[in-house]
Amino acid sequence: MKMLDAAMKRHRHQPDSLIEILHTAQELFGYLDVQCLKYVGHALKVPPSRVYGVATFYNIFSLKPRGAHTCVVCLGTACYVKGTAAILAAIERDQHVEVGGTTPDGQVSLVTARCLGACGLAPALVLDNEIHGAMTPETALARIKAWTDHDRG
Amino acid sequence: MIVDDIAAVRDREHAARAAQKARIAVCSAAGCLSTGGSAVKDALTAAVAEQGAGTDVRVLGTGCLGLCHAGPLVRVDAQDAAPAMFEHVTPALAVAIVSGVVGGALPAEQRCDLTQPFFTRQHRIVTSDAGVVDAERIEDYLAANGYAALEKVLTEMRPEEVVREISASGLRGRGGAGYPTGLKWSTVAKAQGPGKFVVCNADEGDPGAFMDRSVLEGDPHRVLEGMAIAAFAVGAEQGYIYVRGEYPLAITRLKTAIRQAERMQLLGHRILDTQFNFRIDIRIGAGAFVCGEETALISSIEGKRGTPRPRPPFPAEAGLWGRPTLINNVETYANIAPIILAGGSRFATLGTEHSKGTKVFALAGRIVNTGLVEVPMGIPLREIIYDIGGGIPDGRTFKAAQTGGPSGGCIPAAHLDLPVDYEALAGIGSIMGSGGLIVMDETSCMVDVARYFMEFCRDESCGKCIPCRAGTVQMHEILLKMTRGTADERDLGLLEQLAELVTRTSLCGLGQTAANPVMSTLHHFREEYMAHIRDKVCPAGVCPMHAEDRP
Repeated sequence: MKMLDAAMKRHRHQPDSLIEILHTAQELFGYLDVQCLKYVGHALKVPPSRVYGVATFYNIFSLKPRGAHTCVVCLGTACYVKGTAAILAAIERDQHVEVGGTTPDGQVSLVTARCLGACGLAPALVLDNEIHGAMTPETALARIKAWTDHDRG
Repeated sequence: MIVDDIAAVRDREHAARAAQKARIAVCSAAGCLSTGGSAVKDALTAAVAEQGAGTDVRVLGTGCLGLCHAGPLVRVDAQDAAPAMFEHVTPALAVAIVSGVVGGALPAEQRCDLTQPFFTRQHRIVTSDAGVVDAERIEDYLAANGYAALEKVLTEMRPEEVVREISASGLRGRGGAGYPTGLKWSTVAKAQGPGKFVVCNADEGDPGAFMDRSVLEGDPHRVLEGMAIAAFAVGAEQGYIYVRGEYPLAITRLKTAIRQAERMQLLGHRILDTQFNFRIDIRIGAGAFVCGEETALISSIEGKRGTPRPRPPFPAEAGLWGRPTLINNVETYANIAPIILAGGSRFATLGTEHSKGTKVFALAGRIVNTGLVEVPMGIPLREIIYDIGGGIPDGRTFKAAQTGGPSGGCIPAAHLDLPVDYEALAGIGSIMGSGGLIVMDETSCMVDVARYFMEFCRDESCGKCIPCRAGTVQMHEILLKMTRGTADERDLGLLEQLAELVTRTSLCGLGQTAANPVMSTLHHFREEYMAHIRDKVCPAGVCPMHAEDRP
C-alpha cells in the first residue's frame, strides 16, 4: 500500500491518473480486488462506479487473482493464419482450463492477446512474460508441462 | 545544453567511430530478443573484452534489422570492408564473429545475403537508423545527425515555415486514414488559446502490425524529435505518448530516451537555450483496441473509459481537456526530422501523386521473409510479396494479402500489380492502414478470416453506439453459421444489409470500418461464400461445417 500511495502522490492525486495508478496496483498485487479499487477511488476522488467502469473496460486489468504461471496465446492475424487456434484448443483440452480461467490447482492461467506485435515469430505465446515463437500444439504443451511437472511435483 | 555542446558530442562520437575498427550491431527489437538476442549480445560483449578489442570494436544493440524470422540478427560494419549480416546467431557463433573481426576474416557460415531484394529494394527513411544507432544511447542518435532538425527549426525557422515545409512534403498520416499531416498541423497552429497538446498515438492495435513497435524500440529519439518539432510548429508545451501496455520494451526505451533528452536540454525547459519549452509524458494503454481512435484515446489519457465521441469538434479544435490537440502516430512523427533536414519538396519526389514518401510494412503470415520493410509508396504489391518477401513458402500459392487489420480488406491475386498507395488500396475495398501486411495461401478460408475479424470487432466494440455494439454481434453470428454449414442465402442478404448499416451509422472508425473485411471478401471471394452456403463445403478445409464443433 505504501508504494501505491507513493505512486498516487507522484501523480498529485489527479483523477486523470486513474489508469496509471491501476497499472501500478496490478503490478504490485497481481490483480485488482474490490478493496483496492475502493481505496484508489477514494484517494483520487473518483466515484467507485467510474473506477469499476475503467477497471472492467480495459483488457489488461484483472479483477481475479492469476495463477502461478500465465500463458498468453496470441490471436493476432499472423498467428491465426499460422494456426494458434489449434494451439489454444490443445491447451484448453490438455490443461482443463478455459480462456480467462485458471486451472483448479491455481497453477496456470490461460489468456489470449489481440496481437503481441511479434508477427515475425508466429504463432507466438507468452509464457510468464517471455515470448516464444514458431510454436506448435506439441511444443506449447511441453512448455506448460515443464512448469506443472516442476511445481506439482 | 546549447548548440555548441551538442556539436561537441557529435564530434566526439565521430572521432571515436573513426578510431574503431568495426561495429557489431545486434538486433535488439522484441523479435530477436525473444529468440536469444540478448544472450548473443552478452556473448559478443564478453568476447570483445576477452580478446582485448574493447577500443577497436564496439558492440551495440540497435533497432529492428528487418528479417525477423531469421533472428537473432547481427550486422558487422568493418572500417575497410562491406557490411555483413549473420542470421540465427548463437552465442558460439558470436564468439567466432568477434574473432573474425579481430583477425580480419569473418566466418562464412550463416551469412545473410545483403544483395537479395529484401535489402536492396527497400528505401529507408523512417528505419534508416537501424543498425547504426544504439536505441539506448542518445549520443548515437546525435552522431547520426539526430536532433539536427530540431536545432534547425528552433534556430532558423518560424513555426509557420515548419508547417509549410510539412505541407510541401505531402506527408499523410501513417496511422490509417491518411489525413494530410500539414493540414492537421496548420489547423492546430491556427487554433486560439494556450495549453495546446501534442499527442503521439502509439496504440498500435491492428493485429499483424508491428512497425510502430519497432520504431519505438529501435529509435525512440526520432519520435521524440518529431513531436518536439510539431510542438514548436503548433505552439504546444506539453506532449503525451500513448503507448500500448503490451509493449513493455518500447515503454522502457521511451522512458530512457525522455530522461536522456531532458538531461541534454533537448526536451523540457528552455530547449537548446531558446524560449521553447516542451515536456513529454508517457501514458500506458491498458488493452483496448478502440483507443487507437483519436477521441477514444483522448478519453483514455484523461483517465476514463476509452469511448469515442462524435466529431466535430475535431481534436484539432477541442481535444485533450477541451484544448486544441495534435494527434499523429509514431511513423508520422518519425518522418518529420528527415523532412525538415532534406526539405519538403525533396521528400515529395518520392512516391505517387497523392501518396508521398515511404511506407513501413510488417510482412507476416504465409510469406518466406517475415519482418519489417520500408518501401517507396506506389511500389506494386507483387514486388513487396514476391521480390522483397521472397514469395510463399512450402510450394503453396498466394491467395490474398490482408492490409489494414480489422478495418481493412483482403486483396486477391488479380490485384497483385496494384501500386500500393492510399487511393489504390481504397479503390479495391481495403485501406493502407498502419502497415500490417499479412499474406495468406490456399490454407486460409476467406469466410473464416471474415469471421475472425468480426469476432475481433465484436470483442473490441466499446459498446457506446448501438450499430457497432449490436451489429458486430449479429454479423458474427451469421458468419459463424456460415462456417458451420447452417447458413442459407437469406443469411447472406442479411449480412450484406447489416454490413452497410453498420458502416453508415456507427459513431467511430471502429464500427464504420468493421464490415470492411466482410465486404472485401464478399466482393473478391464470393464463390467461396457460396460454397459454404449452397454446397456446405469449405474449399480451404478450415471450417468445421458441423454445428456442434467450434470453429
